[in-house]
Amino acid sequence: MLAPAAPAVDRRRAKSRAGWRRRLTVLAFLSPWLVGFSVFFGYPLVMSAWLSLHSYDLLTPARWVGLANYRYMLGDDPQIWPAVANTLWLIVVAVPCTVLFAFGIALLLTRARTGAGVFRTIFYLPALVPPVAATLGFVYLLNPATGPVNVILDSIGIEGPLWFNDPAWSKPSLVLLGLWGVGTTMIIFLAAILDVPQHLYESAELDGAGALRRLRWVTLPTISPVILFAVVLGVIGALQYFTQAHVAATVAAGSAIQGGSTSTIEIGYPEGSTLFYPILVYNHGFRYFNMGYASAMAMLLLVVAFAVTALIIWNTRRLVHYHGVSR
Amino acid sequence: MRRTAAIVVALAGLVLMAALGAVTSSAATERATATELTIWVGWSARELNEFKKVVAEYDRKNANVTVKVVGSINDDKITAALRSGNVPDVVSSFTSQNVGVYCPSGGWVNLAPYLKRDKVDVSQFPATTRYYTQYGGVRCALPLLADVYGFYYNKQLFKQAGLTRPPRTLDELTAYAKKLTTRKADGSLDVVGYDPFFGFYQNSVGAYQPLVGAAYFDGEGKSALGKDPGWQRLLRWQKGLIDYYGHDKLVKWQTGAGDEWSAPHAFGRGKLAMMIDGEWRVAFLAADHPTLKYGTAPMPVHSANKNLYGAGYVNGTIIGIPKGADNTDEAWNLVRYLTTNDHALAMFSNGIRNVPSTRTSAKSSELKPDKNFAVFTKLFTHPKSSTIPVTPLGSAHLETFTSFLAKWQAGKVKDLRAGLLGVDKQIDAKLKQSGGGVP
Repeated sequence: MLAPAAPAVDRRRAKSRAGWRRRLTVLAFLSPWLVGFSVFFGYPLVMSAWLSLHSYDLLTPARWVGLANYRYMLGDDPQIWPAVANTLWLIVVAVPCTVLFAFGIALLLTRARTGAGVFRTIFYLPALVPPVAATLGFVYLLNPATGPVNVILDSIGIEGPLWFNDPAWSKPSLVLLGLWGVGTTMIIFLAAILDVPQHLYESAELDGAGALRRLRWVTLPTISPVILFAVVLGVIGALQYFTQAHVAATVAAGSAIQGGSTSTIEIGYPEGSTLFYPILVYNHGFRYFNMGYASAMAMLLLVVAFAVTALIIWNTRRLVHYHGVSR
Repeated sequence: MRRTAAIVVALAGLVLMAALGAVTSSAATERATATELTIWVGWSARELNEFKKVVAEYDRKNANVTVKVVGSINDDKITAALRSGNVPDVVSSFTSQNVGVYCPSGGWVNLAPYLKRDKVDVSQFPATTRYYTQYGGVRCALPLLADVYGFYYNKQLFKQAGLTRPPRTLDELTAYAKKLTTRKADGSLDVVGYDPFFGFYQNSVGAYQPLVGAAYFDGEGKSALGKDPGWQRLLRWQKGLIDYYGHDKLVKWQTGAGDEWSAPHAFGRGKLAMMIDGEWRVAFLAADHPTLKYGTAPMPVHSANKNLYGAGYVNGTIIGIPKGADNTDEAWNLVRYLTTNDHALAMFSNGIRNVPSTRTSAKSSELKPDKNFAVFTKLFTHPKSSTIPVTPLGSAHLETFTSFLAKWQAGKVKDLRAGLLGVDKQIDAKLKQSGGGVP
């Protein structure tokens, strides 16, 4: 009666071995990514969390301070809330502007009857320009005294603004720079729009829907996952916004440290208007030798980025359709 | 007899040749086995070449070492090197404020044992340079030339305006500035008499502090910007002049004033009649505007501080030995030569027109005579000349002050004293948070 059990055990063992082999194979294929993830993300993340509880000047061993960095950050640091406000401005103003502009350009490009390839290339090209070079170009173009934009405005009797040198205009100037380099998002939108099934438009047309209604009820729902993707990436990009703001502020201010080491730097020139959160993190970490505090700021940024992304995805779950199904 | 003499001469010749050969061979062997020292410096282009000439001379005099100079180094690279342990033998920095980290951390080694062993007297460096090369009693650096800030004025524009001598008080400076300023038909600024805007060219609050003798910190190490009335005197004068031009008009003029480090500089083109600047401008003007007629003088001081006339802001390059350097003895010899040898200092000073950093080298007969430059060597040794405080946060305290000043000069601060007291609180909180202070 017991004899038939042996093959069953063997089968189970063989199945288990096969399962392990499969898992190991998967792990082997995953290993390059796992190594990269551990070394370049996992380890820095853990170290950052650990350092955020220490006072660390980069050169001497870290000294345990518990939650003191977090207390200073949320209670005493006079620069953190202006930096948070500037970063929020980017999320609320710059991200929607960029997404709408990219979507608008993509929509127009789908209508181009001739030279579509040329226009697509022209609109995409700025995305290939390195951010530093693009920013230098914009600071030159928008120079209040000698820049071509204000020279043209002057010639038609309009006094141009001070652009990057005016706290009211510095962030809008950065938005203009962002709109110019919107090519990557535009290409994603273009692909998504071109991917909308033609029969949906035809059905809508048969039902008497005009262009605006087709856009509202066909195009937007169909590409809604792509819109969500662009918004989430835009928000994360805004939370990490650094290069353009740093270069624009430094160049527009004409700041310099000469041999005399007299610092004439005004962080977030002009008047703190371009002091974004990552710029403050960088200054604390690498210029003020306050890496423990910078790590605490970075941890907060991580938590906020995660929370904002989760919030966007949760709040838009009824608006985003995957293969025509609302999630 | 003749044959004997010939043999003696021949033998003598052989001995001489053998001796010479031995010497040459020994020198060649020494050179081949010489220790290679690497020195990191911040200079680049023309200034780096001048530094290399000084080092080349040291190289020739010291067969046991060969020195490799690496230029364009900044403090980010220095810090990264110190953390990785992959350091040069000698390191220098333009950012003297960072001794607040380099010295107490041991990142730059304490030079006291070397100074004591070789009986190097640090009092040969004026007090200001001694201050910014140590922190908390740990001397991890020495000054390598110094930068001193003074007053530049355009003699031709002065003559046209009927002005005969440089101003000595800030009130005089304002009157001169108004006289020298011209506007275009549309009301925009054409020639600016004097631009006191913090952030423009070399206008930093640190450079102006010696004109009012105001204190950054009190005796307990607390920030004293709101308590010392000198700051308010300085800032009210500064804002008054900005208001004369109009804030936005002045900002617009500045954006077209020309790059600070190249020929379009506004002073060189006659678009800025007077300015505060470092002594290095003498070399820049000689290179870019050789025909410009200009003069130099001490910066005007506040009328309440006339005793300070002749003093100025001093800072400069610091040099030391990083922790983990391979050849510390040879490195020290090079540091000592570069910082204390009058000939080397004068030679380098002539090359880049920075002020020689020892008392004796500042009076060296080897210095190229130049009336405009000589003003700065006097400012350098003035007993009231001063520098900015060193803290463990680098320049964080100054930048906190500068952020406030940006709002002040834009007219967005209603109560100056209350604002300054607020900055004091911020600086104190920052220093407390970093766990450090002002020794």
